[in-house]
Amino acid sequence: MKKELIAVVLLAILVALAAVVLPLRFGSPMKSDMDDYFLRYGQEQTGTNNQCTSVTFDYRGFDTLGESTVFFCAVIGVGLMFRRMTGGEEIEDE
Amino acid sequence: MSKLVRFAADILYPVVLIFGLYVVAHGHITPGGGFQGGAVIATGVALVIVAYSYKEASAWITGSGSMAREVIGLMGFIGTALIAFFFGMPFFYNYLAGQGGLFGVPVAFGPNPGELNTGGFVPLMNFSVGIEVWGGFSLVILYLLSGLLRRRNGEEEES
Amino acid sequence: MMLWNLPFIVVAILTIIGLAAILLKRNLIKVLLGINILESAANLFLISLGYREGGVAPIFTLAPSTTMVLPTPQALCLTSIVIGMATSALLVSFAIIIHKKYGTVELDQIRRLQG
Repeated sequence: MKKELIAVVLLAILVALAAVVLPLRFGSPMKSDMDDYFLRYGQEQTGTNNQCTSVTFDYRGFDTLGESTVFFCAVIGVGLMFRRMTGGEEIEDE
Repeated sequence: MSKLVRFAADILYPVVLIFGLYVVAHGHITPGGGFQGGAVIATGVALVIVAYSYKEASAWITGSGSMAREVIGLMGFIGTALIAFFFGMPFFYNYLAGQGGLFGVPVAFGPNPGELNTGGFVPLMNFSVGIEVWGGFSLVILYLLSGLLRRRNGEEEES
Repeated sequence: MMLWNLPFIVVAILTIIGLAAILLKRNLIKVLLGINILESAANLFLISLGYREGGVAPIFTLAPSTTMVLPTPQALCLTSIVIGMATSALLVSFAIIIHKKYGTVELDQIRRLQG
């Protein structure tokens, strides 16, 4: 009973995704005003040749700052799980 | 692992390291950048850890060294963005682009053969992020391997 | 018939496969693989939204033409890949701790948190 219910829900999600995805046109984006500005003035304002790097580190630098912090916190989280490697105490429940 | 694999890892680790640092350093001219180059260096670290046993590999790539690299990377990233306060500009302003100092040659619009001296503070940030990803990946691999070994040995002989 | 939209159809199929793996499998490692497939589908959707017909990579070093694809979705996809990696690292360490405490990774037999 439960597996048939999940299969019906997945089929409904597939139909909804297809209805969203099929009218899109691959190869002509709908709005590209911001990216046309980045491609036209990126070399003068940032001085780089690589526009992906200039968007990552200069025009949208706050996203990269947040992502570096998330990466750092993930490594700290993995270290909290296995704490005896650097000489800490491992707390046992039983 | 056998002696041939260990010899190959000895030879290949500096080569992979230098190629990863090349991808990081030329991130503003060719495809690449901080995260991509850091992932290449992490591949070299994984090669060393697979070829040697855990005791020998953790004497070569230490946990404290990786932690230091990760912290220096993140602090370098934030510090490079904070220095813009000394120029009277808001946070994250590109204070080196087109000024003529370090990394400051101006670039005109259009295709051109790339020059390494351009780019503003983007190469400095590429280095910071590359070193942070190097330290972070090696630390995660060492932690997971030490956790698995401790569980297999029954928690008898780990410090 | 609809071959001009092929990347978007692949995105829909990958999403359904990922969701089916998360909802229908019992082993914890297979659920983690389903989460990874779902994240790959989202990244593919981001990249294929920014394609322009006849465009080259948005790098001006020795570029063959000036008609380029959009650079912003590629920057967002980079962030998404790193965050997916962070999620996967934490989930794998959870799986190792669960195996140490319960002796198994089958979700049917981990019952001490219920009720």
